[in-house]
Amino acid sequence: MSKISYIQPDGNVLAVDAAPGTSVMHVALVNDVLGIVAECGGNTMCATCHVYVDAGDLVQLPEMEGDEDAMLDCTASPREPNSRLSCQIKVPAESAGITVRVPERQV
Amino acid sequence: MSEARTVLTGQDAVVIIGAGQAGFQAAASLRDEGFAGRITLIGDEPYLPYQRPPLSKTYLAGSLDEEGLTLRPASFFERNSIELLMGDTAVAIDRDKQEVKLASGRLVGYAHLILATGTRPRPLVAEGADLAGVHILRTKDDADALRPCLGDGSRVAVIGGGFIGMEFAAVAADAGHEVVVIEGLARIMARSVSPELSEYVTAAHRGRGTRMLLGSGVQRLTGDAGRVTGVVLADGETAAADVVLVGIGVLPNAELARDAGLEVANGIAVDGSLLTADPRISAIGDCANYPSAHDSGRPTRLESVQNAVDHARHVAARLTGGSYAAYQKVPWFWTHQLGLNVQIAGIGSADDDCVLRKDPAGEKFSIYRFQSQRLVCVESVNQPGAHMLARRMLAGEVRPSPAQVADPGSDLKALLTPAV
Ligand SMILES: Cc1cc2nc3c(=O)[nH]c(=O)nc-3n(C[C@H](O)[C@H](O)[C@H](O)COP(=O)(O)OP(=O)(O)OC[C@H]3O[C@@H](n4cnc5c(N)ncnc54)[C@H](O)[C@@H]3O)c2cc1C
Ligand code: FES
Repeated sequence: MSKISYIQPDGNVLAVDAAPGTSVMHVALVNDVLGIVAECGGNTMCATCHVYVDAGDLVQLPEMEGDEDAMLDCTASPREPNSRLSCQIKVPAESAGITVRVPERQV
Repeated sequence: MSEARTVLTGQDAVVIIGAGQAGFQAAASLRDEGFAGRITLIGDEPYLPYQRPPLSKTYLAGSLDEEGLTLRPASFFERNSIELLMGDTAVAIDRDKQEVKLASGRLVGYAHLILATGTRPRPLVAEGADLAGVHILRTKDDADALRPCLGDGSRVAVIGGGFIGMEFAAVAADAGHEVVVIEGLARIMARSVSPELSEYVTAAHRGRGTRMLLGSGVQRLTGDAGRVTGVVLADGETAAADVVLVGIGVLPNAELARDAGLEVANGIAVDGSLLTADPRISAIGDCANYPSAHDSGRPTRLESVQNAVDHARHVAARLTGGSYAAYQKVPWFWTHQLGLNVQIAGIGSADDDCVLRKDPAGEKFSIYRFQSQRLVCVESVNQPGAHMLARRMLAGEVRPSPAQVADPGSDLKALLTPAV
């Protein structure tokens, strides 16, 4: 098991267990994490699962695909260099954990 | 009957009939907008609200589990004080008393009622339609009944070449089955997509070994000991089949509204702000027929997640903010078949002029559809960037001309963001 920590805009942190291979979006929904809307259900169609990945954790993730890149141009909160769609981030196998920041707005 | 309120207060109760994508979103968005009154969400399916798109894709194929289907866990509804009445059916609306009657006998009063009843599959009227092995696909129960059929090398017939039928055909072919698709019209997905896209997707299915019988009617289904054995086509040929999926469109669940005296015409009729003629009743999602700004104001009933979600948000904003502004969102939709990512923005019609724009690198292209030189719809295959750009273009007034689209050297994105 890895841990995913979700930091809310107000600074609140929720750390939950996550099985490798599941998506950071899925783990958020199952654990009722605030601020992950995921309206398209993980299909890279809506950009309402936007997160900012902790800079140190970014390196352990595979490069994003073209469709995620295109969709990130349409986020409600500004796109940053560490912006990702949480539905496209799979919890890496040998990871101790990932920390992501939930943006101010998704819609 | 109390006077209809423009803006609801914390003393008011909202009742939502139908706990699907639209009903769930309406409840969630009302809380997002700060509504503090009572919310009751009534759904006749015995499950927490779930999403349907995976039913014909990943859930059917087995790569997504039940938990992944569910929109939110039970704790979400508790935390937001959304009263969930699952496994109960609304059977009547008393508009004078502002009260909904449930099959259980329970009565629920409302200040505002949101109808989000969705649709149901159109039944096949043919001899043998009730044989074992003949399926439909709308609910989780339907998918659970179909899933075991995809394990055993059976012969699959799909009646109806719409999105759901073609997605099912793709999953069945991927699972190694012999598949035949029987479509009455001359092309698949004809109601929504351009002839060019129909043709491309048809070729992809043929390439996977699926028999595509277009312009082909169904006479009857044959059976043995109560189980389906084949589909007899209009020309007399029989396509042998152990499993038949019927996907010939849907009927809106509008009887409840009709019986309450509301106007029903291909769904529940609503105005531009998604309100029925009764100022206390709105209708949203698949069941709502509304004048669409993206189809010259014509009455439009769309079946998509985007439509359900954006309708719900619009009504939640109206009930908490009091603005009767017209719903304006750009419609978008996706379908996944045989590894193709098809994305559609806008609404096309049969007589559109189509311009193809192809990425020289690989199987990526978009079909731009024009009405009187005005861009109205873009269909993209494996080109999410073009799709996203299309959604932005269709939301505004700056749209490329057919000539600009046809010119492979033109930069469509630059049109939207003029150099300063
Ligand atoms: C197999 C399948 C695949 C799809 N794929 C896609 C896709 O890829 N992309 C996309 O955008 N869209 C897709 N859709 C369409 C999308 O799922 C629908 O547009 C969306 O679910 C509509 O939401 P809704 O809430 O209006 O209706 P529904 O989700 O149908 O919900 C309505 C609910 O109300 C209940 N109900 C009805 N009457 C009553 C009553 N009297 N009392 C209590 N409950 C009642 C129904 O049982 C149902 O649970 C797909 C649909 C299906 C079936
Ligand atoms: S859930 Fe829609 S893009 Fe991630």
